[in-house]
Amino acid sequence: MTTINLTNFVCPLPLRRYPQIVMGHGSGGQMMNELIEHLFAPVFAGAGQPVPLSDAAVLELPDILANGSRLAFSADSFVVSPAIFPGGDIGSLAVHGTVNDLAMMGAQPLYLSASFILEEGLSLETLGQIVQSMAAAAQIAGVRIVTGDTKVVERGHGDGLYINTNGVGILPPGINPTPGRVTPGDVLLVNGPLGDHGIAIMSLRAGLQFETQIVSDSAPLNGLAAEMLKACPDLHAMRDLTRGGLAAAANELARDANVGLEIEETAVPVQLAVAGACEMLGLDPLHVANEGKLLAIVPAGSAEVVLAAMHNHPLGQQAALIGRVTETHPGVVVGRTAIGGQRVIDLPAGELLPRIC
Amino acid sequence: MCLGIPGQITKIWTDAASDLPMARVDFGGVGKEVCLSLEPDAQVGDYVLVHVGFAISRIDEEEAQQTLALLAQMGELAEELGETT
Amino acid sequence: MKYLDEYRDAPVVRNVLAEIKRTVTRPWTLMEVCGGQTHSIIRHGLDQLLPEQIELVHGPGCPVCVTPLELIDKALVLAARPDVIFTSYGDMLRVPGTFVYAKTGTQANDLFSVKSQGGDVRIVYSPLDALKIARENPYKTVVFFAVGFETTAPANGMAVQQAAREGLDNFCVLVSHVTVPPAITAIMEAPETRVNGFLAAGHVCTIMGVGEYRPLAEKYRIPIVVTGFEPLDLAYGILNVVKQLEAGAYEVENAYARTAPNQGNLAAQKVINEVFEACDRAWRGIGVIPQSGYRLREKYVKFDAERRFPDVGAMQSIESDICRSGEVLQGLLKPDQCPAFGKQCTPLTPLGATMVSSEGACAAYYKYGRIQD
Repeated sequence: MTTINLTNFVCPLPLRRYPQIVMGHGSGGQMMNELIEHLFAPVFAGAGQPVPLSDAAVLELPDILANGSRLAFSADSFVVSPAIFPGGDIGSLAVHGTVNDLAMMGAQPLYLSASFILEEGLSLETLGQIVQSMAAAAQIAGVRIVTGDTKVVERGHGDGLYINTNGVGILPPGINPTPGRVTPGDVLLVNGPLGDHGIAIMSLRAGLQFETQIVSDSAPLNGLAAEMLKACPDLHAMRDLTRGGLAAAANELARDANVGLEIEETAVPVQLAVAGACEMLGLDPLHVANEGKLLAIVPAGSAEVVLAAMHNHPLGQQAALIGRVTETHPGVVVGRTAIGGQRVIDLPAGELLPRIC
Repeated sequence: MCLGIPGQITKIWTDAASDLPMARVDFGGVGKEVCLSLEPDAQVGDYVLVHVGFAISRIDEEEAQQTLALLAQMGELAEELGETT
Repeated sequence: MKYLDEYRDAPVVRNVLAEIKRTVTRPWTLMEVCGGQTHSIIRHGLDQLLPEQIELVHGPGCPVCVTPLELIDKALVLAARPDVIFTSYGDMLRVPGTFVYAKTGTQANDLFSVKSQGGDVRIVYSPLDALKIARENPYKTVVFFAVGFETTAPANGMAVQQAAREGLDNFCVLVSHVTVPPAITAIMEAPETRVNGFLAAGHVCTIMGVGEYRPLAEKYRIPIVVTGFEPLDLAYGILNVVKQLEAGAYEVENAYARTAPNQGNLAAQKVINEVFEACDRAWRGIGVIPQSGYRLREKYVKFDAERRFPDVGAMQSIESDICRSGEVLQGLLKPDQCPAFGKQCTPLTPLGATMVSSEGACAAYYKYGRIQD
């Protein structure tokens, strides 16, 4: 009979030796705790962020009820492919997206939640990079990621990872940009050249690849929006120009406010390379996505001060007045073309497809 | 029916997998790989019309200048005749 | 961008428009054959800047619009097959067909819905991308939806030649090629035709040259002017047609010679002739136009998807009788004169391809009509 010697026994099951996500990381057990302790926690702490360990965060909202401020609350999910792209990644995008949604309401974003849906097989290195970028983006935007969640889905059931963020911000009294306040005579401002994000992403897409220096414009717009509101507290409405581009945001505003919008196409800033890529693929730059651009509608009298405030901010140096609000053609966005014609600027029908004709 | 965009050839090579003549064509700073088999004599620096990833024509610079000059002149003529344009 | 910006230069476009105004003395109906030109006209608002006497009728030169329902349905059936990777230009993904999954009875109206139900449908920018997919997936059959006019035929034909050269036996094409001159004949032969002159499609002529149009101009005594796609090109093409009409002339002129030489692209014509032969082809909404299409020559028949999947080859589909896009494409009916226009048929619920394609005449009317409301 053999005697078993257990003195030097080492369990062959490693705990944190996986270089990629496995189902166990979502089990709620030890592996998940390790993921939080060894990946999320140090990254967030390193970026001066609180470590979102608890199931729910308790938020400090000083004086909120006393001075008539209101809470703004927003949710957004991020499914971008590829997850890492020129100019950003899904992590920074997930922070900017929700920060911008709050900022467009005139709110000052304060707290975010971050939920991850990870696909089995995602490399921990990639996840680490994305979480790092997320923490850094939160730091720059001045928001704190205070709670979160992680789930793992089987390989083939997710595109690497999805991130959901929710955000809470404070809307000071008297600030109320909303489509209902848009009036004929108002003017339309954008903070810079359009289409960069969409083209940067498309340049990497299978079957379309092209070489370009264009990088995503993904950025937090809360600082810029705050400067604009300081210059003009009466600012009538703001929209960030994400999917569907300027065309989608303008159409939504025209419909919600029941006014016509007229856009001077030659005044719309578009980088030469974005214009080139759009020509090549048969796309309209006004339909292409952005992640750091906004459309503001302001009373004509305030156009100059708001533009000046935008020009003074790093994210608004190429801001431009691109059009006006009209009484005619309510609900419709009309473009004045370079040759002096008119066209309807419609919503894109669906996914942007390169065309041959 | 057919989206064709003019761009400038910046590089020419033969593709290893297909043995086809290829070029990098620049469209305002965006570079795309394009097949040259329908315009085999095209050179670096030439402007070509690109359709579905193929160069299908070399743009005739002289012809282009002549037409543009003619069209620009149209306005001058009208002005001389005292018409508003 | 060079060769684009100069042709969008407002003062020069205005010069030419003014010259058109000075030239025209009575109403003329012009057809721009090509959907790309329609798109550009609407995109730049050129139609509103023309003198009232000039009416532009949007022609059938859009492969999205004229691909017959039957071929769309064949594409949907092929794309739904588990052993197939279906590759297509982006344009074709939204075109409605009538395919129903036999097992489940679920409808798949377009390639997007087939994709959503598990079909491997991939958008390609170039037919060479489809070849690449075939090389990378030797155990799947890669079907490429070869649509287009003469402009696209050489590229699609090249892909077939290249597949033959490389022995890529898992590659095949679903061919839906159409050609312009027979369509012009069909339009001019229609007893109700209103067209007085044609803007011929510049990029088709880039390949084919202008020779084919001379007998047509002669026979129907209509001016045909080869025209480009930018606002200045279009204005210049229109000016040339109007000048001829006012002078009673009916010649073939080339107003796009910088890109479309009179003899065309000989290398491209050679590819077309080697790979394809003329055949009768049905145009959606219009019907069969004799000798208006290309099919693969016998030599390349093993790359014909309809032969490789004979059950698909034998399919037949019946078109909606409500949709009158055929008459619209022939310039016989204005989109808003169709009883379904804006009612059963909108860009989100299109009955015919002229409402699907962003450059389709019906979609263009639907959009523009909204300003005037």
